[in-house]
Amino acid sequence: MKLYDGGKIITGLVIFLLIFTFPFWSSLGKAAPTPKLVLPAKTVAKQCVTATPYMRASHMKLLNDWRDAVVRDGLRVYVADDGKHFNMSLTNTCLSCHDSKEKFCDQCHNYLAVAPFCWECHLVPKEKK
Amino acid sequence: MIGFLLSIVAVLVLVGIAVVGVWGLDLRILFGVIVPYAALITFFAGMVYKVLDWSRSPVPFRIPTTCGQEKSLPWIKRNKIDNPASGGAVLLRMALEILTFRSLFRNMKLDYRQGPKIRYSSEKFLWLFAIMFHYAFLVVLIRHARFFLEPVPKLLAALEAVDGFLEFNLAAVGIGLPTVQLSGLVLLGGVSLLLLRRIVIPQVRYISLAADWFPLFLITAIGLTGILMRYVVRVDVVSIKELAMGLATFHPVVPQGVSAWFYVHLFLVCVLFAYFPFSKLMHLGGVFLSPTRNLANNSRSVRHVNPWNYPVKTHDYHEYEDDFREKMIGAGIPVERETAAEEPAAPAAEGKKEE
Repeated sequence: MKLYDGGKIITGLVIFLLIFTFPFWSSLGKAAPTPKLVLPAKTVAKQCVTATPYMRASHMKLLNDWRDAVVRDGLRVYVADDGKHFNMSLTNTCLSCHDSKEKFCDQCHNYLAVAPFCWECHLVPKEKK
Repeated sequence: MIGFLLSIVAVLVLVGIAVVGVWGLDLRILFGVIVPYAALITFFAGMVYKVLDWSRSPVPFRIPTTCGQEKSLPWIKRNKIDNPASGGAVLLRMALEILTFRSLFRNMKLDYRQGPKIRYSSEKFLWLFAIMFHYAFLVVLIRHARFFLEPVPKLLAALEAVDGFLEFNLAAVGIGLPTVQLSGLVLLGGVSLLLLRRIVIPQVRYISLAADWFPLFLITAIGLTGILMRYVVRVDVVSIKELAMGLATFHPVVPQGVSAWFYVHLFLVCVLFAYFPFSKLMHLGGVFLSPTRNLANNSRSVRHVNPWNYPVKTHDYHEYEDDFREKMIGAGIPVERETAAEEPAAPAAEGKKEE
């Protein structure tokens, strides 16, 4: 098989393959680490304000709705699906169980390079030693 | 028209295959592991095969399309980029073509708007939509690398921050949150405008085939499912990254709790990758190998010999005279040389003697 300008074309192909397969060769031989969530002890609370699958995928929507309700409309009471009432508050409700930003929030946010803007207003809770 | 409908149906069937396969038959390993690997292998093998196949075609002569004055006499102003004479100028011309789509920027249209007179005017929409579409697609593609790299490079996080710098969301209308990434919207906008262009302009519609419609619908569907997953249905991205990292590290896993929406999105992307090398989308490779762009216009300064020229058997007049000299002299026909004795002398020397 005769290639015309073979040198240039093979070089181009190699560059293309190296760029496009970067995720494969850059993590070669490494096991994929997964986020290690530290959930609150069952003694603190048995369940979150709503179902876990919903919280996993949509907690940001819930937090945003709470923020809007509290800051803009002055509403502070969240009625959960099971009828329980919660104070809509990141610091007083969420963080009272999930007390470590590092071990809870950051695990997945860093895993996916997500930069939520919660902490632009809220104080980061002090890590318990 | 048939191509248009066929393409819509084809994309809908693809969506249906993924929905039935994952939702109905629960074939998560097939759609989450086997199909993606098969699509990637097809993509890479197809790209390499196509490029090598092209490079087997000789390009014996210089056929660049030039858009400016060729390099000639020193007092004639030349256009270095649009009529490149050297490799460096070709490189510059190619870079501008690939990065800024200059040939699309030259697009003209012909109309009769000023009465019966033909008018040529510039037509920049194709260029604009193409720039929007391609750059948005590039950013979206790069942003997706966050699912395949652990830890995520700082540069990717920075790109995401720039892409979402408006920090707005559409939560008020039930869409949105996480922050809207502009590239996704521009991508979907660009592909819709390119699609509209094909539908609205009659001449373009007339020359559009299924192979033109299908990629547009496929990419629209990919963009829609992606945007839907991020802003509307909101899927569990942590388990999606676990799946993606499993693929990237060759330790495939199929985590529970991954939404069927994701499999639809992934399946359409797999189809796009597998379809890529064998379709018009292969202009990704083709733009680098266009002889009308990547050749220097140096036919007047460099001799280009056709590689498949074969040695032509010749029989010139001197040899003819040698064959028939005596007969020619006998018949009174004038000859250039009286005897064959001088024959071994070099033709150049003979020529000088005659002068």
